[in-house]
Amino acid sequence: MNVIIDGWALTQRNLLRLRHEPGTLLTIMLMPTVFVVLFGFVFGSAIGIPGSSNYREYMMPGMFVLGAGTALSSAMVDVAMDQARGVMDRLRSLPTNRVSVPLGQSGAEGIIGAYGLVVLMVYGLIVGWRPHNGIGQTLAGIGLLLLFRYTLAWVGTYLGLAIRSASTAANLAPLTLPLTMVSNAFVPTDGMPFWLRTICEWNPLSALATATRSLFGNPGAPGPDAAWPLTHPVAASLLWAGLLLAIFVPLSARRFARAGL
Amino acid sequence: MEESIIYTKALRKQYGDVVALTGLDLAIPPNLVYGLLGPNGAGKSTTVRILSTLTRPSGGQAVVGGFDVAREPGEVRKVIGLAGQDATLDDKLTARENLRIFGRLSRLGSRRARRRAEELLERFGLAHAGNRLAGTYSGGMRRRLDLIASLLRAPAVLFLDEPTTGLDVRSRMEIWDTVRELVADGTTVLLTSQYLEEVDQLASAVGVIDHGQLIAEGSPAQLKSRIGSHIDVVVESTDHLLNAMAVLERLTGHRPEVDGSHIAVAAVDPVPSLPQIVRELDASGAVIRDVGIREPSLDDVFLSLTGKTVDPAKPVEAPAAVA
Repeated sequence: MNVIIDGWALTQRNLLRLRHEPGTLLTIMLMPTVFVVLFGFVFGSAIGIPGSSNYREYMMPGMFVLGAGTALSSAMVDVAMDQARGVMDRLRSLPTNRVSVPLGQSGAEGIIGAYGLVVLMVYGLIVGWRPHNGIGQTLAGIGLLLLFRYTLAWVGTYLGLAIRSASTAANLAPLTLPLTMVSNAFVPTDGMPFWLRTICEWNPLSALATATRSLFGNPGAPGPDAAWPLTHPVAASLLWAGLLLAIFVPLSARRFARAGL
Repeated sequence: MEESIIYTKALRKQYGDVVALTGLDLAIPPNLVYGLLGPNGAGKSTTVRILSTLTRPSGGQAVVGGFDVAREPGEVRKVIGLAGQDATLDDKLTARENLRIFGRLSRLGSRRARRRAEELLERFGLAHAGNRLAGTYSGGMRRRLDLIASLLRAPAVLFLDEPTTGLDVRSRMEIWDTVRELVADGTTVLLTSQYLEEVDQLASAVGVIDHGQLIAEGSPAQLKSRIGSHIDVVVESTDHLLNAMAVLERLTGHRPEVDGSHIAVAAVDPVPSLPQIVRELDASGAVIRDVGIREPSLDDVFLSLTGKTVDPAKPVEAPAAVA
């Protein structure tokens, strides 16, 4: 019970920051705007999707995945900054549950993510993306994206605790973007060389993008020769999320308890 | 040990090859300010970090408020407060928000957390600025806010790690007043400071550590009496030097040093009184222009104690504790 109370207090801390820095909310909206224009119209005009003429229908789920992926870098930077500035020391000296700090961080990322996803979906609707499979599957797709964002926030929290230096974390943050892109988020994997295709298809974010497409009824279903995670995308996404949480929840809690030794 | 609220026995801490604490023994009674002095790197901060459960000891034992820091860190955290030299609050939240959240995390109910925060803001003169972002606070205000955050739970033991470093005189005085009030309320304060005057003003017991162990302990007055005072005499002309020197040597048992017409001599035990010195000099026929007894500062104590132990490989015999 205390874990929940502490976790919620720390979630509030992260959310309150946003209230005082509404600019952050603006930048959350700014990035997707640039990306939707860039991919939807600049690159998109040159990318062909097998069996569909509408690249933007294919692209938007990839964009949602990209949005979920930002949790990793933002949690990493936030946590490293708290660590560098001694906020973590104060938290450690309090009788709070050891898991509540990462819990609060990931909780806030989850809530911010819901906002970011709404923004992206509105953009999607404007540029011609539609969910086609009814309310149930649409909600399942949204739920899956939020679960993944939440999961990646735990990974980022662990990295932030492990890195400790705010500037190192800030320098590493942009690297998470290519990691998102080495996947089928924006281009199908069919045309890639075998080795790269294998990497892309086993990238957890590919499973998530494919699952999202299938739940929203968007084009881009991989062929039968694709790797297992892509032919069973929803199951694979849930497995990935479960696996990452099983690893990074205890790791983050341990790291938080021990950091500063 | 039963009377000590902070107790350490052979406490050791090693970071890789660096030994920060080589075997620290402390026994601090409750309800006072205990000043921990030592040169940079002597192990002050490491001690505070271990006692406040931020760092695990490599060996030995540390007990705070009756709980072992290694075995029951959760219990220790319930009885301590920590205010450091680093700003440990969230700059992007207002003072009130910071306190509300840290109050919740200190396991105060939300209403109690709020009431306690208001009470402390009022008492520390920050109530008017409670809705400003902590990031906009001046150094002194931040330090006070940090102190408030560590007092939300009314801790039995408060660790103040260089609480006034970088503050102006007025802010420093305010923090000092607060510390005195806290002790009057029954709190035990472990204070580290760069300012020896601060320790002199606040602490009723002082421990000097160097190379990771305690090398002297006592009240500021006791520590000072160990290195004694200086008697300074200026004679009218050098003709009077010999007479005056003879008197001073007889009174103090120490050989005076001469510089021109100026004579200085150390007086440890007993320190003769000023009238006595004047009388005896007068009787000897020495004509003097100026005479005075200079009390040692804690700085002198610190220098004489830590100046000795330069080689960490060869720890000198620790002087017997004065207390």
